[in-house]
Amino acid sequence: MIALIFRDLRIAVRAGGGFGLSLAFFFIIVIFFPFAIGPDLHLLSKVAPGTLWVGALLACLLSLERIFALDFEDGTLDLMVTSPLPLEGVVISKAIVHWLTTGLPLVFLTPFLGVLLGLQNSNVIFLIISLIFGTPALSIIGTFGAALTAGMKRGGLLLSILVLPLYIPTLIFGAEAARRGIQGFETQTSILLLSGVTLLSWAILPFAAASVLRINLR
Amino acid sequence: MAISIESLSVSRGGVNLLQGVDIELENGQAGILRGPNGVGKTTLLRALAGLQPVESGTIKCSLEDICYSGHADGVKPTLTVQENLEFWANIFGSPSIREVAEKFMIIELLNTKVGNLSAGQKRRVGLARLGLTGRQVWLLDEPTVSLDETSVKIFGNIIKDHLSEDGCALIATHIDLGLENSAQIIDLLEFQSNSGDLSSSNEAFL
Repeated sequence: MIALIFRDLRIAVRAGGGFGLSLAFFFIIVIFFPFAIGPDLHLLSKVAPGTLWVGALLACLLSLERIFALDFEDGTLDLMVTSPLPLEGVVISKAIVHWLTTGLPLVFLTPFLGVLLGLQNSNVIFLIISLIFGTPALSIIGTFGAALTAGMKRGGLLLSILVLPLYIPTLIFGAEAARRGIQGFETQTSILLLSGVTLLSWAILPFAAASVLRINLR
Repeated sequence: MAISIESLSVSRGGVNLLQGVDIELENGQAGILRGPNGVGKTTLLRALAGLQPVESGTIKCSLEDICYSGHADGVKPTLTVQENLEFWANIFGSPSIREVAEKFMIIELLNTKVGNLSAGQKRRVGLARLGLTGRQVWLLDEPTVSLDETSVKIFGNIIKDHLSEDGCALIATHIDLGLENSAQIIDLLEFQSNSGDLSSSNEAFL
């Protein structure tokens, strides 16, 4: 599993690996938003948590198709299924790599982009916490979606349609936690529910994704 | 007995291709699958590798012993040959890639990116994975595609070495690998199914 994680990380950072794609997309969304809304700082800081969360979610969605498509096309997936590596382990590794190359960099980028949206420094911490707890769920749910559409050429549209409804709980609780934190309310309930969704996804979806992959490989 | 197949029936896309396939290979023996395109060579090998379900029949061979090599090489163009081989070596827990690289004549390519290799060289990298698995039963699907004459000969010798170490190989190929004298030739046309569409198949719902 560790070998697979390192290999995929290496591929991701090489040319054409798609590492920067989600980040650039996130960056663009958050930069363009203030232009579109106008310079009203009060309004901007009010919509900031929602904007950052939707931006993170869409950026995440953008890179999902690559998770299995490349390995499927060049036959690596066939070979991995016949190797001693359990397929559930492959799924978990892929999701971890997706999170390390998408979710985690987004979290690091948030403090800087928060400034553009008029967020005060003391409030950015709530966004960071909600993103740290929420983005792993986006990665594993997305990996499951990618497994569902693995055999398809240009399965991106179907993948988005399948995955978006599953993202909604994470989006609601994540944005809610950030919003409540910024407005000075207690955030514990939202954070707990957010983490609950994340943990549940990581517990169940690797098995679901692995069995879906087995069917897709036939 | 390395691998034993009894009255196996396989289908692809809802069409029953092969029926009643019986193959028995001892340790140290190779089997060569012959038959025209579309007869079901790939489907049979994939079924043996556990990549697709069988309709009926039994396969006596542990999946742990099987190493499958398909049409695609499963190598990453942006990684070097060494990185590709190290990945598989780690997965299969085999110690050294140098010995295998030497055997498959890719030792001088180790630091080249796979994307810059020719099709034949890439194929050799893909086949070198076989040497890293340490598994006994090789299932090879058209292993010699895009290999030149010398490479084919070398690969034939590698298979012979593998056989002499009590390994066993089932190969779908149209090319003479130099194994024909000792190998068991299996003509899949004999097992071709004439039933056509499978009404009982549930593949459509999966």
